Amino acid sequence: MKIHEFQAKKLFQAAGVAVLEHRVAKSPDEAAAAFNELGSSLAVVKAQIHAGGRGKGHVAEHPDQHGVQLVRSADEAQQVASRLLGNRLVTIQTGENGQTVRQVLIEKGCDIARELYLGVVLDRAAAMPVLMASTEGGVEIEKVAEETPELIHKEHFRPGIGLQSYQIRKLCKKLAIEGPAARMADRFMKTICKMYVDLDCSLMEINPLVITKAGDLIALDAKVSFDENAMFRHPDIADLRDLSEEDPAEVKAGEAGLSFVKLDGNIACLVNGAGLAMSTMDIIKHHGGEPANFLDVGGGAQTEQVTEAFRIILADPNVKAVLVNIFGGIMQCTTIAQALLEAYKTVGFNVPLVVRLEGTEVENGRKILAESDVDIINAADLADAAQKVVAAAG
Amino acid sequence: MSILIVKDTKVIFQGITGRSGAFHTSGCLDYGTQMVGGVTPGKGGEQIHGLPVFDTVEEAVTATGATASMIFVPAPFTADAILEALDGGIKLIVAITEGVPVIDMVPVYEAIRRSDARLIGPNCPGLITAEECKIGILPGYIHQRGKVGVISRSGTLTYEAVWQTSNLGLGQTTCVGLGGDPIVGTSFIDLLELYQEDPETEAILMIGEIGGTAEEEAAAFVKENVTKPVAAFIAGLTAPPGKRMGHAGAIISGGKGTAEDKIAALNDAGIAVAETPADMGNAVVRALKA
Repeated sequence: MKIHEFQAKKLFQAAGVAVLEHRVAKSPDEAAAAFNELGSSLAVVKAQIHAGGRGKGHVAEHPDQHGVQLVRSADEAQQVASRLLGNRLVTIQTGENGQTVRQVLIEKGCDIARELYLGVVLDRAAAMPVLMASTEGGVEIEKVAEETPELIHKEHFRPGIGLQSYQIRKLCKKLAIEGPAARMADRFMKTICKMYVDLDCSLMEINPLVITKAGDLIALDAKVSFDENAMFRHPDIADLRDLSEEDPAEVKAGEAGLSFVKLDGNIACLVNGAGLAMSTMDIIKHHGGEPANFLDVGGGAQTEQVTEAFRIILADPNVKAVLVNIFGGIMQCTTIAQALLEAYKTVGFNVPLVVRLEGTEVENGRKILAESDVDIINAADLADAAQKVVAAAG
Repeated sequence: MSILIVKDTKVIFQGITGRSGAFHTSGCLDYGTQMVGGVTPGKGGEQIHGLPVFDTVEEAVTATGATASMIFVPAPFTADAILEALDGGIKLIVAITEGVPVIDMVPVYEAIRRSDARLIGPNCPGLITAEECKIGILPGYIHQRGKVGVISRSGTLTYEAVWQTSNLGLGQTTCVGLGGDPIVGTSFIDLLELYQEDPETEAILMIGEIGGTAEEEAAAFVKENVTKPVAAFIAGLTAPPGKRMGHAGAIISGGKGTAEDKIAALNDAGIAVAETPADMGNAVVRALKA
C-alpha cells in the first residue's frame, strides 16, 4: 500500500526524523497562503501523486510544467499550483495517461551541502531487511544500481535488534559523513530502520537525504509503502490509503476479495490462482492476443465473488472476448460453472466467452454448462483455449 | 523413493478446528496420509474425523509421535504456530496460510535455518509424494507415481504441470509447492539437492514466476551441481512492472525480477525452458531426451 509524500513526512516527524516545514494545499489560493505562512523567500511546490519521477514528469495539459518546482513568491506558488492541481502529471511511472494531481506540498527551501540516497527494503535472498545508502542522491537509484552498483552500500539488520552503531559508522565512512553530521546519522538511520519494522513497511526511500550547510540531516523527500498483509495491526496507517490514486476497477475487485490488475489489451481473463492467471496472460500474448487484465479469483471463491469478477471484466469497454481458465483444486468446477450461469443472468455477456475447465468435479461442471443456454466456446486445453479466444477477439 | 514425505509420515494439523480444517483433514486422509491428530489452543480433547485434538504441539507430538505438521491457522498467528511446531520437535513444517506479514517471517526463517527442521511455505499448496502421502490442499487425483520431481512457487499452475506430466505418462515422485511469499522456508536449491540424491527422480520440473532472484540462483546451482535433466517454466512475461500479481512475492521492482532475466539464466544453465504453460510437460520430455 502506497501513501503520499506528505503523509510519509508526517510519520517521519512523529518518529523524530527531520523534515522541512511544509503545508499541503488543495487549491491555488491555499498554495499562495501556504507560501506566506512559511515565511521563506524560497519554497518548492511538489505534486502529490502515488508515482515517482515527478521532477522530470510533465503536466499533460501544460507540457512545460514539471511536477516539482521552486517558487520565490506567493503569486508564483499560486500559478504553479494552478497548473498542477486538477491536471494530469505524466511520469515514467504513471503510464502515458498520467495521474491527476489533487494536492500539492509547499515546502521551505534549505541550503543544501550534499544530497545522499537512503533506502530500506527487504532483501529477499538474505530474508532480512537491508538499509541501502549511496552518495548518488537525487537521481534514479535504479540507474545507479545498474551502472555503478559499487556506489550503493548495504547493511542488513534484524527486526527487534535493529541497525547497530558500528554499521552506521561503516556507512558514514563510505559516504564521507563526518563530525556532527555523523552523530546525527546514528540516530537518523536507527530511527528509519526501526520505523520500517514497527510500521510493517515494504519500502522506505529518502531520495535525497540532504546534509545542509549547517550540518543537519534532513529527509527532503519521503517515499513509504506498506505490507498490505500487516495492515490489520495498523488501522491508523490503513486509513492513509487514498483510493482516488488507484484504478477504480482494482479497488472494487479488492473489496470483493479478488486480485485484479488492469492492463491495456482486449482479452479479459478470469482464472483461479496467481501463477495460472499470470501464465494465462502469457499464453494469450504468445498466440498473438493482448490480455486486458490479470484476475485471480482465489482458491475458495464463491458464486458472488465470481459474479462480481465477471461484472468487473465486462465493464471494460476494450474487452472483445473473455477467457475463463479454471484448474479446480479446492475450488470445484461446478462452483465456477454455476457462477458463470449466474453471471450470465445478472450481468449478461456481450462478447464471446471461451471456457477451459479442468480439475475437481470437471465432468459435472462441463455438464452444467452444456445443459445451459449460454453460448460458450469450449476449449480442450490451455493452448486450445488461448487460440480460440484470440480468434474470437478478432 | 521420494523426498521429504512417505506413506508412514505421521502428520498433525495445526488449526484443525478452523473453517476449512475438517475439509482438508479429510482430503489428506482420503489420499492415505497418516493424519494422527490436530492442535487448536483451547480445544484439546475434541475430535475431528476421529482424530484427537490437542491444546499444544508438544502434547500432540508426545501422544502421537508426529514428525510433520500442516499449518492452516489465520495469518496473524502463523509465525507463532511455526515456531511452536519447531519447539515441539516437528521436522517438516508445512504452512499453507496466505497473507502472513513479511516482517514476521524474518525471525522465523532464521530460527528454521538454525535448526534441523524444514519449513515449506507459507502461502503454499503443500506437497505430495504421489500415491503415498499428501500434506496440503493439492487435488490428489491428478498425481500419478512416476519419475518427475516438481517444484513450484505457485498453486494451480503446479496442478497444470502435474496434470501435463501425468497425461504424458511421466508421473511424479514428489511435488512441492514452495509458496508465493517474498520469504519462504524452502528454496528451489534446497529441493534440487534432494531430487539430485533421490534415485527414483529421473527429471526435475521447476515452475517459477516474476519477483526476486530465486530462479537465477537455482539456475546457477543446476549448472554446477545437478546432473539430472531439468525443465522449467517462468510465469509473468506479460506482467507490468511495479504491480503485485496476486502473490505477495510476484512483483517486478526496480527493474529486478523480470521473467526475461530468469529465462535467460535458465537457458544459460542448459535447462529446457517451456515456452508456454501448455508446454511444461513436453519440456520435461525434451530435457529427458537431451
